[in-house]
Amino acid sequence: MVTKNRSPYRAVLLILLLICGMVAPAMAAEPIRIGALVSATGPASFLGDPELKTLEMYVERINASGGVIGRPLRLFHYDDGGNANEARNFANRLLRSDRVDLVIGGSTTGTTMAAVPLVERAGRPMISMAGALVITDPVRPWVFKTPQSDRMAAERVLADMQSRGITGIGLISGTDGFGRSGREQTLAVAADFGIQVLADQTYGPQDTDMTAQLTRIRNTPGVQAVFNFGFGQGPAIVTRNYAHLGIELPFYQSHGVASDRFLDLAGSAAEGVRLPASALLVPDALPDDDPQKQVVQDYKAAYEARWNVSVSTFGGYAYDALMLAVAAIEAAGSTEPEAVRSALEQIQGHVGVTGIFNMSPDDHNGLAPESFRLLEVRDGQWVLVD
Amino acid sequence: MFAEFLQYLFSGVTIGATYALVALGFTLVYNASHVINFAQGEFLMIGGMSTVSLLAMGVPLPLAIAMAVALAAVLGVALHKLAIAPARKADVITLIIITIGASIFLRGLAQIIWGKEFHAMPSFSATESVNVLGAVMYTQSLWVLAVAGVLVLLLALFFTRTLMGKAILATSMNPGAARLMGIRTQFVLMLAFMLAAVLGAMAGIMVAPVTLTAYDIGIMLGLKGFVAAAIGGMGSGVGAVVGGLLLGIAEAMTAGYISSDYKDAVAFLLILVILFFMPRGLFGARVAERV
Repeated sequence: MVTKNRSPYRAVLLILLLICGMVAPAMAAEPIRIGALVSATGPASFLGDPELKTLEMYVERINASGGVIGRPLRLFHYDDGGNANEARNFANRLLRSDRVDLVIGGSTTGTTMAAVPLVERAGRPMISMAGALVITDPVRPWVFKTPQSDRMAAERVLADMQSRGITGIGLISGTDGFGRSGREQTLAVAADFGIQVLADQTYGPQDTDMTAQLTRIRNTPGVQAVFNFGFGQGPAIVTRNYAHLGIELPFYQSHGVASDRFLDLAGSAAEGVRLPASALLVPDALPDDDPQKQVVQDYKAAYEARWNVSVSTFGGYAYDALMLAVAAIEAAGSTEPEAVRSALEQIQGHVGVTGIFNMSPDDHNGLAPESFRLLEVRDGQWVLVD
Repeated sequence: MFAEFLQYLFSGVTIGATYALVALGFTLVYNASHVINFAQGEFLMIGGMSTVSLLAMGVPLPLAIAMAVALAAVLGVALHKLAIAPARKADVITLIIITIGASIFLRGLAQIIWGKEFHAMPSFSATESVNVLGAVMYTQSLWVLAVAGVLVLLLALFFTRTLMGKAILATSMNPGAARLMGIRTQFVLMLAFMLAAVLGAMAGIMVAPVTLTAYDIGIMLGLKGFVAAAIGGMGSGVGAVVGGLLLGIAEAMTAGYISSDYKDAVAFLLILVILFFMPRGLFGARVAERV
């Protein structure tokens, strides 16, 4: 009787032991601690929200397929709301109390620059998802970034103008940080392409009518094309005003409005507008031999299936940041900060959503202006021009 | 040269007419209660945004406009009933602060319902612009001007020809005496809020095809409308219209002839200069405060 009673008990014990045995190796491997500093709410939420979604989704996926160097990833993420002070506090928390191996973020140039002194002092690699050139120029040993800089966008546009034989342009830009920086970069590099900026107009981020500025540009002699460097709804209004004024000159926008939202807002006024954009905007138009085609299509499909919203360029920055981190940790074979840092610096030919990364000690962005695709709006659709 | 000037004038008059409608909303509530209703800009946003959503649901434009205006009217009444009326014994300053709170609340609500993106509304007419003496004018500008003109006329008639309008004026002049004469001052105040909401919503709908619309568009338009009302003289209907047009034209001329960087600065410089020389605004009542 006694033995009969015990046998089911033993079976259960045995099964429990077996389960523990199976789980044990996974439990034993110390997780790789990835810190994320994103602006998931607040004015920059259109950046941070898709970024966080992308990070969460791919950390899940990587863990489901066995992790990196046999260790699972663990994501620590904080929402700084686009506020640089908050970003500094959260960066401190990530580095000190969460003891992360690597930081991904911030979403904006402001939040990134607030965290830079902290990661430099702590000696942990950081991969930013923000645009401005200052993040990686001059090069800081521990700081990397995935988006192209605004200078590259300006270069891409100016090169296209040059190939169309344009020598004089009118520039109109927003007075927000993005527009100001873009304006400075455009003015700095225009001469390299044999182009003179003959008219230089600005508008406020809340302005609702830019016909006055465009009229001035139109009346400036020698202007052969117009370039709008801006962000948000401003460029959509500029585009509508441009069409209403009936200006026939070629019209360029920056990568700041490279989303389907711009097409909705500008409507038929957007016909013929050209702009530099990530390959993510036209995944199906890429030629089949394009190395990015597969990556971009996969990311878009996975993101849209998981979150049921359309993919954004900004989420792509987070995808690239995470994949660069994974590649560097694999190459280093450990999470030792200096090894990961120098592995990041040596990444060559890494095909990402944003472009093909070729890092070096002098270039912590690793992208060429060609990673921007030049698109034109035709019949309300993005068409790949170059 | 002339075409250029005309172009600036057109864009100035269009945006100026919008400011004028916002300023009229301020004037209405101010006249009835001496409260400056800082939620006025939010009615613009509600008018524009609800019309956009209704259009997206397939509602035809005239019906969508009517429904959006009705919604704004209901919200105007609700603002009075739920936020202003319970505090009727409070100071004017307290009431003004309540309207600021209400504006933040409405903006937050709109952000949750409609999201943070900008939305576009199609022009009312099929042809989007017409050529006038070498300058281009939006057909929508004509709509804005026409509707603003009609609304101003209706308001003028309302105040001078109807008992209800006169009751509002009486309440503004002396609430105590008005109450003794049998005017229900709380009802008058509610009516003023409702009319202000309707004016705001109309302005928001008319201007949305030109400016696009978003949950926070009321902040800047509301502020400019307030500046227009102050320039014209708080409480004066004519002043609100003149102030709005003056502000819009000054902005467009500055952007055109000087630099767009100084556009907002000129608007605020204008208010400083005018209030310095004419503390009650261009058309403000020249009465001494009773001490």
